[in-house]
Amino acid sequence: MATIVEPTIFELSSPGRLGVTMPASDVPQTDLPDKNLLRSELPLPELAEVDVVRHYTKLSKFNYSVDDGFYPLGSCTMKYNPKINEDTCRLPGFLYTHPLQPIETVQGNLVLMYELQEWLKEISGFAGVTLQPAAGAHGEFTGVLMMAAYHKSRGDAKRTKMLIPDAAHGTNPASAGMLGFSVVTIPSDERGNVDLKALAAACDDTVVGMMVTNPNTLGMFDEHIEEVIKLVKDCGGLMYGDGANLNALLGIVRPGDLGFDVMHFNLHKTFSVPHGGGGPGSGPVGVSERLLDFLPSPLVDIVEDGDDVMEPLYGFVTPKKSIGRMKAFHGHFGGGLVRAYTYIAMHGPEGLKDISQYAVLNANYLQAKLRGTYTIPYDRICMHEFVAEGRFEGSDIRALDIAKRLMDYKFHPPTNYFPLIVHEALMIEPTETENKDTLDRFADALIKIAEEAKTNPDLLHNAPHTTPFGRMDEVKAARELVLCCWLPENYESLT
Amino acid sequence: MNVPSNLKYTKSDEWFDPASGAMGITDFAQSQLSDIVFVELLVEEGDEVTVGKAIASVESVKASAEIYASAAGKVTAVNKGLADKPETLNSDPFGEGWMVKVEGGAAGEVMDAAAYEADCAGRAH
Amino acid sequence: MTYIPISPTERDAMLKTVGVKSLDDLFDAVPQKHRFPELDLPPALTEMEAASLLNEMATTNENVREHLISFLGAGAYNHYIPSVVDHILRRGEFYTAYTPYQPEISQGTLQAIFEYQSLMTNLTGMEVSNASHYDGATAAAEAVSLAFAQFRGKRKKIVLSPSLHPQYREVITTYSQGMGLEQAGKDADLEGGADALTSLIDENTALVIVQYPDFFGRIYDYTKLVEAAHAKGALVCIVANPTAMVMLKTPAEMGADVVVGEAQPFGIPLWYGGPYLGFFTTKKSYVHKMAGRLIGETVDNRGQRSYVLTLTAREQHIKRERATSNICSNQGLLALASAVYMSTLGKTGLSQVANLCYQKAHYAASELSKIDGFGLCFSDPFFHEFVLCCPKPASEVNDYLLEHGILGGYDLGKDYPALENHILMAFTEMNSKQEIDTLVEVLKEME
Repeated sequence: MATIVEPTIFELSSPGRLGVTMPASDVPQTDLPDKNLLRSELPLPELAEVDVVRHYTKLSKFNYSVDDGFYPLGSCTMKYNPKINEDTCRLPGFLYTHPLQPIETVQGNLVLMYELQEWLKEISGFAGVTLQPAAGAHGEFTGVLMMAAYHKSRGDAKRTKMLIPDAAHGTNPASAGMLGFSVVTIPSDERGNVDLKALAAACDDTVVGMMVTNPNTLGMFDEHIEEVIKLVKDCGGLMYGDGANLNALLGIVRPGDLGFDVMHFNLHKTFSVPHGGGGPGSGPVGVSERLLDFLPSPLVDIVEDGDDVMEPLYGFVTPKKSIGRMKAFHGHFGGGLVRAYTYIAMHGPEGLKDISQYAVLNANYLQAKLRGTYTIPYDRICMHEFVAEGRFEGSDIRALDIAKRLMDYKFHPPTNYFPLIVHEALMIEPTETENKDTLDRFADALIKIAEEAKTNPDLLHNAPHTTPFGRMDEVKAARELVLCCWLPENYESLT
Repeated sequence: MNVPSNLKYTKSDEWFDPASGAMGITDFAQSQLSDIVFVELLVEEGDEVTVGKAIASVESVKASAEIYASAAGKVTAVNKGLADKPETLNSDPFGEGWMVKVEGGAAGEVMDAAAYEADCAGRAH
Repeated sequence: MTYIPISPTERDAMLKTVGVKSLDDLFDAVPQKHRFPELDLPPALTEMEAASLLNEMATTNENVREHLISFLGAGAYNHYIPSVVDHILRRGEFYTAYTPYQPEISQGTLQAIFEYQSLMTNLTGMEVSNASHYDGATAAAEAVSLAFAQFRGKRKKIVLSPSLHPQYREVITTYSQGMGLEQAGKDADLEGGADALTSLIDENTALVIVQYPDFFGRIYDYTKLVEAAHAKGALVCIVANPTAMVMLKTPAEMGADVVVGEAQPFGIPLWYGGPYLGFFTTKKSYVHKMAGRLIGETVDNRGQRSYVLTLTAREQHIKRERATSNICSNQGLLALASAVYMSTLGKTGLSQVANLCYQKAHYAASELSKIDGFGLCFSDPFFHEFVLCCPKPASEVNDYLLEHGILGGYDLGKDYPALENHILMAFTEMNSKQEIDTLVEVLKEME
């Protein structure tokens, strides 16, 4: 039997215990529906409030978070999440407005959404922005749907090929796959750029477009990005920008100016919306002029102009050839849009540029400190992240071992085994909200680990040692598939 | 690495037994995938398969793969037991881990054991 | 305001280590003519100024706690959220963590989501739950993807109930445009009951979707419909309201293959439409076709029970273009919110909530139907929403109510031309008898 460190909420249940209860009914009693329509039992836990609070407080202490320390997870932009955002997004005016209220009663929300659309357009150089997508991958799907609709509207039915670099995030091919497009993988060259020759060879009149992350997942800004875009556009394709790495570009360059047609923003990366242990995210999408009519519905716009006396009236509009609705209601308003709005308002144009400049400085500083100890396969000035190899000549130590050992030094490991084109990849994104001391301590830890790899490799193989839990048996989890638990009294009948 | 000499092999790590018409994945493939936790056979008895058609989908803890037919023909048997014991593909890929049997068809572009072994050696690093 | 913790001296030392003279020198790879654009944005605010600005924007709204009496539901519900829910959500250990890719230091999130999965399976009666979707509508769209994948694209038809939430229908249409699916059911008889769709199900049908209670609040037992669908080999997805499931027969008992829905009523504020929480539960046999994250129990190398993300090879980062879905994130923090909500109210509190919703709605229905010209549109059993037939177009009734500080219901004429004079009214434990009586009084006086 495995040791139980913290029982589940079901195991903590005790019949008859009460938590928060509801007031008695103040209306005359109505009979319940026919018994055949009612459930026979409700096998849910019974706990007191203090039981619940202690349980979740204990669980929270098993987590490592940005508030605990350095979290250099590549391509995830684990920056500090300002506390003020947590207050603004919980203002009663935002918390307690219903998505279907008449627009006259929610002008505050609509102004916020309208201005955020305008700001994101300005930051990215796009002609239009939808705030509806719920996350990055959802934004990507939105973008790919618009690309498909664009070609379809021109009667161009033969375009079925999506070009995707080998360094791309997995969501890119998956998004293309959702529309049945075939994916053509474009290799990277030795400097981490898109291989122009291979790209030119793939460009023809069957190309839907290309999905590019720039800077890419190697942390490299493509040195030939304008040629890449030209090749794709010359064959009639559209350029999709994966905005996962936008934290490198604020006030540095606008993807719209470079010629991208569509890009999703990750408000939970670039604009400090917290990651929440996996979500909710928020993935607005920007588009160039030629895709404006295809944006999902609805968008926020001024529906009645104002004058000297009256403020303009903000409301919803549906673009002419809209791809349709991406989710119920209007997007991740409270958790995503309000936080991002607060963040941008507090930074202004210079503050945004500082974010990217320092994000890039921090990455380059760490890269410089680790150079010599770790192999850096694409070694040039990087953007907000870089990739090192987590392996050493003549040693069986792998990236995974280094990642796990870093936990003993109280750091969250970098992204590992991604991008796929680097062996034993360690993808490191420090973000701009880390100070020099932290970066120094992290570099020292990695250098020390490289030493340990030589002198005491088992220390790494068996790491972590100081965390509340050790390495997990993932095969057991996948083979046995225990995906839920029950109340103890129900175990016998259900298992 | 086990590479039986009586079988034929594809570059995408499937094997084909010309004698019985059986096909499956190689020992090299199962070791690359590591612990296999799910197998779904995509064809049924009586189906006609062509070379390169996906006959199965396999997932391990870390990876997933589609398995393609290495020979064309009519499916005479599918190994239904695999769904409940996907780990068979790890323990006995050339025996109990067979996936599909076909008859009457021709193999596609296949190699003999020696050529396949050399091919794998070239890819391992 | 800045959150960059680097002094000018430290910056200069770091630039020296990197080997460049200035921050600008780090960007030589960016085409010069587009480098460093001047952004036309308002100047930066301090925290104090930003707090004040946002407060001003928020107070421009009329909200349903301070300004308006609300009877609006239609997929988003005004429920009481116990204080403890937000106290747990505000723990930085939860909200500033990433997806639990490193299980050794993410057991908090992993166990909490495992428990969320367990709470959802116990509520719906289904065998497995994933770690959540963006919202109820996208969860329903993912059910279509599951069915499409299950039949390997060979079955080309889905049957959608006419009383499925109109926005869910729209999202399913958007999502499935790459699949070449035929949609049936939109024009089925609104009063045809649970079996109105039976005749539309055939051997080409991949999935039937019905809502429970349906968009009009009606409670149907779909057992016979499920049997009919299964007889043709089709799958059935029931879009269910979690509060209603506390009281009503479970969709699993009706034989549903997939049960999805919007868990916003379980501890998530209205928040002007999001973020919410889509739950997705199904039978174990479909787990490999189900999109989204999944957490499973295991042990660590010290013999401790623990939890990991499992069956990850189904997901986009490994399966890439062959994945069922491109979904990457889930609604982790909100899954936690709903788990804390369910745990804090527990069996007793949840039953009280469900009962209050039911009682208030039935009291309101009885009082409203006494008013001349008003009446209930359908006679079927209902839970906490019903369709009110009005003597005037719904929009006029709603405008009139708003003048009296009442947020009326959902104007059904927008989606159902035949129901122009009909309003979908919703009631929860938040609506006092006094509020309902006010509604009745105000409507009585309508000219």
